[in-house]
Amino acid sequence: MRIDPSKCVACANCVPVCPMGAIYIDPAIKRATINEEECVECGTCFRGMSQEHLNPTMVRTIRKLAKTFLFRFEPEPDVCPTAAFQMNELQMPRVVRQVFSDPVVEHVSTGIKGRGTEEVKTNDVHPRVGVGEVGYTIEFGRPGVGVRFRDIQEMTHALAAMGVAFEQKNPITHLMVDKKTGDLREDILNEKILSAIVEIKTTIKEAPSILETVRDVNKRIDTVTAVGISTKCDEAGEDKLLAPILDEMGFSYYRAKTNMGLGRASNPGAVKEEAHDEHLASVR
Amino acid sequence: MTNTLHRYGDSESFHDDFILFCIPARGINDEGAVEKQKKFLEICAKHQPSNMGNGNRGSFNPERHLNPTAHWNRDHSPDWQGVIDGVEKPGTCAAVFNSREKAEGALRDVIAADLGLSVNMSTSVSGAKACAEGCGIKRHSVEYSLGFNDPHDHLPNSQVLKLSTMCGHGMVSFNMARKMLDMVREGRRTPEQAVATLARFCPCGVYNPSRAQRLLEESRDHSG
Repeated sequence: MRIDPSKCVACANCVPVCPMGAIYIDPAIKRATINEEECVECGTCFRGMSQEHLNPTMVRTIRKLAKTFLFRFEPEPDVCPTAAFQMNELQMPRVVRQVFSDPVVEHVSTGIKGRGTEEVKTNDVHPRVGVGEVGYTIEFGRPGVGVRFRDIQEMTHALAAMGVAFEQKNPITHLMVDKKTGDLREDILNEKILSAIVEIKTTIKEAPSILETVRDVNKRIDTVTAVGISTKCDEAGEDKLLAPILDEMGFSYYRAKTNMGLGRASNPGAVKEEAHDEHLASVR
Repeated sequence: MTNTLHRYGDSESFHDDFILFCIPARGINDEGAVEKQKKFLEICAKHQPSNMGNGNRGSFNPERHLNPTAHWNRDHSPDWQGVIDGVEKPGTCAAVFNSREKAEGALRDVIAADLGLSVNMSTSVSGAKACAEGCGIKRHSVEYSLGFNDPHDHLPNSQVLKLSTMCGHGMVSFNMARKMLDMVREGRRTPEQAVATLARFCPCGVYNPSRAQRLLEESRDHSG
């Protein structure tokens, strides 16, 4: 991301907009400036702010006058008056910041926008998680903190050591050079992103140890995590297996995403897939 | 759509937060999905949604060529038709409702339309279960949010978190949420204006303006 200094009028509307707090008014040049190290290329400033296309010289003059008389501005807070933001053409490794942080950018690995896969959202037609199995979405960095791949790797190392199966189509799995160790690509380790999701699946009896590991690793990495944990309901539409484990572990879980089971295969030649996972077969 | 799962608040706090979304599965039912997704949104639009989105845009959008007079009379009305017409390829389409009755009504009509796409609801566990039972269907799968784990104390207060986490991709910054809370408390913006500002940053259209307005009003009314 770039702010054109010839257009910026230092109104500072963009400063609170940045989810990473990476924009500030540089007193030396009197322009909004981006801390490149902290910017995650999410596009919030460029895409989220409305734009006017006012003449920068005129706006600076008006601002200078108002400042002299200590007038307080009340402009719309989400407007860049001179359309000063420009998106850069990014190269590896920096482009991973945008791919993981900008929700309107599609992941090559998944073919869908967003940081994860279809997860249990399509579990009714593409079974990933069966009764007695547990799927996990371990999210890093959100809300508002961000994360570096080096910290995500701490988690993938710990999970890999437990022998879990990483979701093949997940963008983080796509960046692994060794799925047995959880090693990520060396060239991206220092890149910062807004958030990422590691997806794994285990048997239900492994859930407590996985959740404890996630909690322990989070203490060592300087970010926030949010875990989503999923299972298939029984024929009565009830979950009588996972919920008691969460109760026993003292988790609060009053919010959920619920698949209503309305999907069906309709593409020519497509059939409803059966859950199959070699790793799970081996650990059972 | 993990972006609708982790919202800050307790179960009661979600009594006006129901997100219904449909999603095709790649290679299984994505052929011809665009028309079905449009149908889904058309059905939802009839049940007084608070917001809708198609993955690329929501009902509240930033403007690329804003007229300066907008500072005095900015349009804060949602653009439902733009969301429906903007569905271009298979993806996630979502609608946000501020009551269980509206969400359940929309779900009932979606079931009747028999679209064949996967349909999910993000809200409290009990709220989604009640909607399913009200429509005579059984839940297929459930993904619970275990909330935010913050051992290093990065996160701000609950008011800021509740407003910010309604954009699950993190596009509504803590600082912007804080600024809107302050502007409403100081009487510099109405809750409606502040909500429209926040919602414009969420490109997926899953931000809940009704819940945000309630939170802003509560914050203002309790700060005296």
